[in-house]
Amino acid sequence: MINFSTSPDQYQHWKLSFEGAVATLRMDVAEDGGMVPGYELKLNSYDLGVDIELYDATQRLRFEHPEIKSVIITSAKDRVFCAGANIAMLGTSTHAHKVNFCKFTNETRNGIEDATSNSDQRYLCVVNGTAAGGGYELALAADHIMLIDDGASTVSLPEVPLLAVLPGTGGLTRVVDKRKVRRDHADYFCTLNEGIKGKRAVDWNLVDELVPRSKLMDKAKERAIEFSEASSRPDDQEGIVLTSLSREISKDRVNYNFISCSINREVLTAEITIHAPTKMPEQETTAIHAAGVNFWPLAFAREFDDLILHLRSNENEISTWVFKTKGSADFVAAADDALSNNADNWFVKEIILYIKRTFKRLDVSSRSIITLVEPGSCFTGTLMELVLAADRSYMLDGIFEGSNITAASLRSTAMNFGHLPMCNDLSRLETRFLNDETKIAAIKTKIGTDLDAKAAEELGLVTFIPDDIDWGDEVRIAIEERASYSGDALTGMEASLRFAGPETLETKIFGRLSAWQNWIFQRPNAVGEEGALKLFGTGKQAKFDRKRV
Amino acid sequence: MTTVDYSQKIPNNVNLGDDRRLQRALEAWQPAFLNWWDELGPAGSSDYEIFLRTAIDVSAKGWAHFDMVKMPDYRWGIFLGDKEENRKIGFGAHKGEDAWQEVPGEYRAELRRLIVTQGDTEPASVEQQRQLGRTCPSLYDLRSLFQVNVEEGRHLWAMVYLLHAYFGRDGREEADEMLMRHSGDEDKPRILEAFNVPTTDWLSFFMFTYFQDRDGKFQLNSLAESGFDPLSRTCNFMLTEEAHHMFVGESGVGRVVERSIQLIKEHDTLDIRQHGGIDLSTIQKWINFHFSICLDLFGQEKSTNAANFYNMGLKGRFQEMKIDDDHLLDNDIYMIPEIEGNRVIMSETGALGSINERLRNDYRDDCQRGMDRWNKMLAGAGVDFKLSLPHSAFHRNIGIFADINADVKGNIISQQEWDASINDWIPTPEDRAFVESLMVPVTEVGKVAGWIAPPARGIQGKEPNFEYVRFH
Repeated sequence: MINFSTSPDQYQHWKLSFEGAVATLRMDVAEDGGMVPGYELKLNSYDLGVDIELYDATQRLRFEHPEIKSVIITSAKDRVFCAGANIAMLGTSTHAHKVNFCKFTNETRNGIEDATSNSDQRYLCVVNGTAAGGGYELALAADHIMLIDDGASTVSLPEVPLLAVLPGTGGLTRVVDKRKVRRDHADYFCTLNEGIKGKRAVDWNLVDELVPRSKLMDKAKERAIEFSEASSRPDDQEGIVLTSLSREISKDRVNYNFISCSINREVLTAEITIHAPTKMPEQETTAIHAAGVNFWPLAFAREFDDLILHLRSNENEISTWVFKTKGSADFVAAADDALSNNADNWFVKEIILYIKRTFKRLDVSSRSIITLVEPGSCFTGTLMELVLAADRSYMLDGIFEGSNITAASLRSTAMNFGHLPMCNDLSRLETRFLNDETKIAAIKTKIGTDLDAKAAEELGLVTFIPDDIDWGDEVRIAIEERASYSGDALTGMEASLRFAGPETLETKIFGRLSAWQNWIFQRPNAVGEEGALKLFGTGKQAKFDRKRV
Repeated sequence: MTTVDYSQKIPNNVNLGDDRRLQRALEAWQPAFLNWWDELGPAGSSDYEIFLRTAIDVSAKGWAHFDMVKMPDYRWGIFLGDKEENRKIGFGAHKGEDAWQEVPGEYRAELRRLIVTQGDTEPASVEQQRQLGRTCPSLYDLRSLFQVNVEEGRHLWAMVYLLHAYFGRDGREEADEMLMRHSGDEDKPRILEAFNVPTTDWLSFFMFTYFQDRDGKFQLNSLAESGFDPLSRTCNFMLTEEAHHMFVGESGVGRVVERSIQLIKEHDTLDIRQHGGIDLSTIQKWINFHFSICLDLFGQEKSTNAANFYNMGLKGRFQEMKIDDDHLLDNDIYMIPEIEGNRVIMSETGALGSINERLRNDYRDDCQRGMDRWNKMLAGAGVDFKLSLPHSAFHRNIGIFADINADVKGNIISQQEWDASINDWIPTPEDRAFVESLMVPVTEVGKVAGWIAPPARGIQGKEPNFEYVRFH
């Protein structure tokens, strides 16, 4: 089982240090520290285990270190920055593992950019040796790239010429979309297996500046301090320690404090129930700080994040995720109020951003999402996003016969209107009603109002509202039918329907780049017995089917 | 543009006089090279007249033309070994195809990298040795040093020629970079680590020409097998010059051993430091140091790059064509060392992936020959001491042994044991200070420093006491 939780005292591959407002994250991958046997992590190449630590470090930098305003990513190894994803690992992994690995690494790099853009924690990358493939893609996630000017170290994206695959961790997209490298230059660069160094790297904007070896770390610190001076992060606040999650896993269950998940292997479904706060959530920043990881929105985000990662990696036959909620809608609304009323507080801001990133993770997960709105549920505000994120939703019209639980309702809060954008930069409501602002305005007038099934249907918030008599069959058939379809076709269909609206860097990475990459990952030119990815490292040469498709 | 007689200024057999592209490239590069030689070549030597060998063509007569010349006037030439008609690629996936006369597009980057890595070592060694002229043990040795230096300079030219002639703009940039990286420079060091430490004493120089230049021999031999014909021919010719460098090393160490034997006999003690000689255990330490850092130059035991280079037909094994196998290595195995628990074991692996290790083993065997010769001298004189190569696991920074400590016999030892014994195995600062204290220049015609025996014979039929270097 792949476990996504770790902590700095367990890191094998990264060294995290702090000096004033600047943190330094040094990559020092342990060659024999691969997640599974069968490959060596030479030259700071990475596998999922290395990236799990990186993700953990970036999360802790945000929550535990409000005083950290800029982060230097560099390598602890001499003359090598990072050789990218380990090829032997990719060559021996299943297709599903490769896809999951790439998705997670993409999300982590997007998170780094989110820290720079939205948390005022700016990343700079000090490329102190060769940065190849995923190594340069890691640098591309930073806001500022410094390259050692030693006459030897290059940045490169050699995937096409060397491996017959793509720089799929955002590389191709970021080169042209983020760094605005001209497409003809980018074309040349991406077919040059030895990469580009020195002045041309700066001239083509592949890096921001060149620094001689002897001045590199001094210059990096100078830059980092310069960046930190423009940051709004506080100097005098205590960080919130991300203590380890309490999680119980058994064969068909995963339980956290506020989330429980039960797996039905016959219909390939995970039923995920999110529980509202059990008491009135803290409202003032001092109390919110004091509650720390126990503040419900943060606890929910951490548990939800971990569960998504767990299910994605360890339960890939479980094809449909069914969401339910339970508990007090008022407490959920109060938690949302606490967030939106204090959104300029650093800690609250981090929580909102984290919830945003976690819902984005849900959006790009290759699982069918069905949300069931039943009596006793609390699809309010943040949790109403689960209805909007679903491929399909069902809301019971009325109550179950013989039950004394009152009918279900939906309730929007300020959180639904811009705090939690999808990767197309639109809120889920904006994406849902793409060209119809009147519909969004109509929902906005109902902020704080409980909407019963009919009202919710009328406002376009739910797909179907069966009554008590139809409910059982409709829901069962929807789930069973889903389980009978091809997972591949569903993944493609859902990913195409979920992200209406404009393209962004992230939609291009998850849509265009990942889709092409995942196609190439299936093709004989890459993974056939004589494919480049399979043969890399053996000294043998790939044999390509030269037909263009 | 003025007409330059290229065949006079730059002796060559590559038709430089008619090749405008090459002329243009060299016109820009040559002044930079001369500047570099002036700044980082042998210190304070530009006015000396030296009895030097210059290659003026590749014939038996022409490749070793002797004359008294000043080094800045040395005619660095460009020569390819004789062309073998209808040469075929001898190994790898392209075995049996015609050798490439132009760079194959798909291997351009790999070839360039091989040439740059090899080329970078040539000026590096000149930089490392630049201060040695000030402490020469004799004019004969001073000449040897300068001969080695100008020929390393020529080897740089040879690699630069390939970059200029076959790699276009990128090649020209790489050629420029060769003069911008400098040995030991903290900002732009030489590519390989063994080429970033200065050679500060003559014992080190002889060790360097014995061990490092022998690495050069093995690298050049494997590149001489290359399916890229111009590289093959270039390296074939360089090897004729490299042989002399190793002779300087082997005879140099041999003369130090010979002198030490004399002092041991004369004073009836192995402890000859007090009598101005270099004791045998000090020589052994120098061997341990140089041999171990040279083993690193061959790279990782299992290497993807080396396997690729082989399969692509770019770099073969030592004397590839004399090896009796299929030259494809798809299913062959080779034994490489591995660490199991607390010991070194040998384990089977694919031959293709272990090309580096094979070359390292061939190198080791070749290094052993000198030990045998010196030990024969010791045994013949009745001195009870044997010089030996340390185990491959000793004092390594690259490959599987980099993570462990091993003694000179290859036993894995703890950090504490290592710390306690390291001073017995490799030169200490005191050892270096002692050897440096002996480095008093001897520049009188026919005289030789007291720590080394005179050469058995002179150069090119001249007497050992010929005035090989004239100072002005």
